[in-house]
Amino acid sequence: MLKMFTKTIAIASVVMFSLFISAGLASAAAAGAKPDKQKWGFKGPFGTYDRPAMQRGYQVYREVCSSCHMLEQLSFHHLADKGAPFYDADFPNPNDNPVVKAFAKDWEIEDVDQDSGDPITRPGVPADGFPHIYPNAIAAAAVNGGAIPRDLSLIIPARGGGADYLYALLAKGYVDAPDGFVVGDGTNYNTYFPGNQIAMAQPMFEGGVEYSDGTKASVEQMSKDLVEFLAWAGDPKMEVRKKTGFGAFLFLFIFVLLLFMTYKEVWRNVKH
Amino acid sequence: MSGPSTYEPKYAAERWLDKRLPIVRFGVDFMAFPSPRNLNYWYAFGGILTLCLMSQIITGIILAMHYTPDVNLAFDSVQRIRRDVQFGWLIQPMHAVGASMFFLAVYVHMFRGMYYGSYKNPRELLWIIGCLIYLVMMATGFLGYTLPWGQMSFWGATVITGFFGAIPVVGESLQQWLLGGYSVGNPTLQRFFSLHYLLPFVIVALVALHVWAVHHVGQNNPIGIDPKTKEDTLPFHPFYTMKDAFAIGVFMMIFALFVFYLPDALGHADNYQKADPLKTPPEIVPEWYFLPFYAILRAVPDKLLGVILMFAAIAILFILPWLDTAKVRSMRFRPVTRWFFIIFILAGFILGWCGARAPDDVAIPIGEGGLTFKWLSRIATFYYFAYFIPILPIMGWIEKTKPVPDSITKAVLSGDA
Ligand code: HEC
Ligand code: HEM
Repeated sequence: MLKMFTKTIAIASVVMFSLFISAGLASAAAAGAKPDKQKWGFKGPFGTYDRPAMQRGYQVYREVCSSCHMLEQLSFHHLADKGAPFYDADFPNPNDNPVVKAFAKDWEIEDVDQDSGDPITRPGVPADGFPHIYPNAIAAAAVNGGAIPRDLSLIIPARGGGADYLYALLAKGYVDAPDGFVVGDGTNYNTYFPGNQIAMAQPMFEGGVEYSDGTKASVEQMSKDLVEFLAWAGDPKMEVRKKTGFGAFLFLFIFVLLLFMTYKEVWRNVKH
Repeated sequence: MSGPSTYEPKYAAERWLDKRLPIVRFGVDFMAFPSPRNLNYWYAFGGILTLCLMSQIITGIILAMHYTPDVNLAFDSVQRIRRDVQFGWLIQPMHAVGASMFFLAVYVHMFRGMYYGSYKNPRELLWIIGCLIYLVMMATGFLGYTLPWGQMSFWGATVITGFFGAIPVVGESLQQWLLGGYSVGNPTLQRFFSLHYLLPFVIVALVALHVWAVHHVGQNNPIGIDPKTKEDTLPFHPFYTMKDAFAIGVFMMIFALFVFYLPDALGHADNYQKADPLKTPPEIVPEWYFLPFYAILRAVPDKLLGVILMFAAIAILFILPWLDTAKVRSMRFRPVTRWFFIIFILAGFILGWCGARAPDDVAIPIGEGGLTFKWLSRIATFYYFAYFIPILPIMGWIEKTKPVPDSITKAVLSGDA
């Protein structure tokens, strides 16, 4: 009887968890086409980010997307943290990393003059956050036909479809609208965008950037690289979390085994 | 039941202390507490819940050192915790996942109590204190979910505080008083943070009463009969400390699986988007542990009736000890009611499923047009209440129960416990 009770609860819990999890995913994808699953090196219990791909992804972001989308949760120095795209073991302090210093210098940062107190702009330093592009949401909408280009640093965790969705949206979604589908003014057809009408025109075209490592810049390649970079931007501590998790499991496994043996030993002479 | 104290102070200092404040005696007696010898793993969930509560408080206090309760800063401050604070990447998911684990454990703990009839004489107050803990936990979980100020935080808070607006006459002013304004805003976030910090300590106090009550009346057990001789019990330490420790270890592995490998699986993607009062998300769903009640709320067309039903679903738990009229405690000896109970659990899961889906979607494709989630949740809601009234009282009167063993020891030795 107890066994049956146990079984009922166990089965029911498994069913419940899978239902809730699948319910979340299913409903998130309901409004656009369901993106195909891609192979990502950062998925799975031992997943890690592909560093060269992230570096290329940053280049695409910088050269193509950064005029409209910001990376709200990132500062330049984050790019040189341990596990980040431009980490360099010779510069344990990310603020000293020359690559990232050069990136930061490339941006104009609003500041206050230290003598006069007047507003000025100066070249960025690694401690600066990625600057805002628009003074406010109204300004952002005004220059983008009423739609707001979102922050990209959390775009992957913020979408139910995650990396697969972003890849599909950028690399596969911009196709001709099916017959009879009326695309609204200032919008573009996209298979994977909820509602299929996106205010963003297709941002990437073959050869849109020139990779210094010789990789061919196809739309698929650029999209893959971008996703790799943005996946890191959304969850920069993923690698350390999974690595620690493995250690934690090893410890817990031995610990639980010892507890089980102690428990059996204590109860050895007691029938129960 | 706790029996006479067995503690004998050995040293002069201990005797001095024992005469003035018998705190060592309290600890020793606590550990020697006689527990029925046939407790199974379902009885480890009390210990597991204690671990959850401590973990929530410790991680919560650390989070509160870095969190900022301001509508313009809250979302980013949680991101700062996850990205920049030392070990914040561990502490924040431990707290967020920990809330889910806490509810998982409390549901098992409650179902356990319902299956073995642990709410019956003399444990009615013990059960009621437990229901109070559950109520305060729900409030704490709801308030906590608002704090990261994502889309679901904001809209969940808007929907749930909206329930109070459905109360006739005073509803609207009550809602404004709770929110500190006409809608969810900065005053709401600040008071929610204050209360979210306070309520866990109310839970601690209630847990102290709960444990005191357990120690006064003694633990129930899977066959639901009282221990009669010394043979029927074992001292809490080392027998149940070790058994509980093992169970807690296994639970920690499940906990760790989610924290390290699936930290977002129990949350909603929309909460990675900053709250935007002008943009309603396509669907507003509460955390999974509220889904059954959310389904009950939406099962009826009238908002006020829905709210009443939802609160009644919780309130009815408080009077359960008096609804179940059976003399026999454990469902093991109640061949028919046991099935009603199993269906009750199923109804709970079905309600959870309904709460996660749109009411007009088809749940089961039978008949013309199929059974929608709305109708499925109506059936499950009906059964939820029917289980308490009239199934339990009637079954208590008419059911022919199986023979109950004479003693725990006898049952253990014959392999029936
Ligand atoms: C000319 C400005 C502009 C550029 C350049 C641009 N975008 Fe956009 N993007 C927008 C606008 C405007 C929207 C809002 C679309 C809408 O809501 O219909 C948007 C929306 C998006 C979305 C949102 C999809 C969703 O689910 O909400 C993603 C992802 C995105 N852009 C990624 C990119 C990437 C990656 C790049 C660089 C390769 C890029 N964008 C370049 C203007 C731009
Ligand atoms: C009964 C125990 C508790 C429960 C059930 C609980 C539940 C929650 C939940 C569900 C969240 C939202 C997490 C998220 O989605 O990110 C949260 C956040 C938070 N809690 Fe708690 N909590 C408890 C105890 C505490 C305590 C004791 C404190 C502090 C003393 C605390 C402080 C915080 C803070 C600062 C946040 C916001 C940061 C964040 O979202 O991670 N909590 N809590």
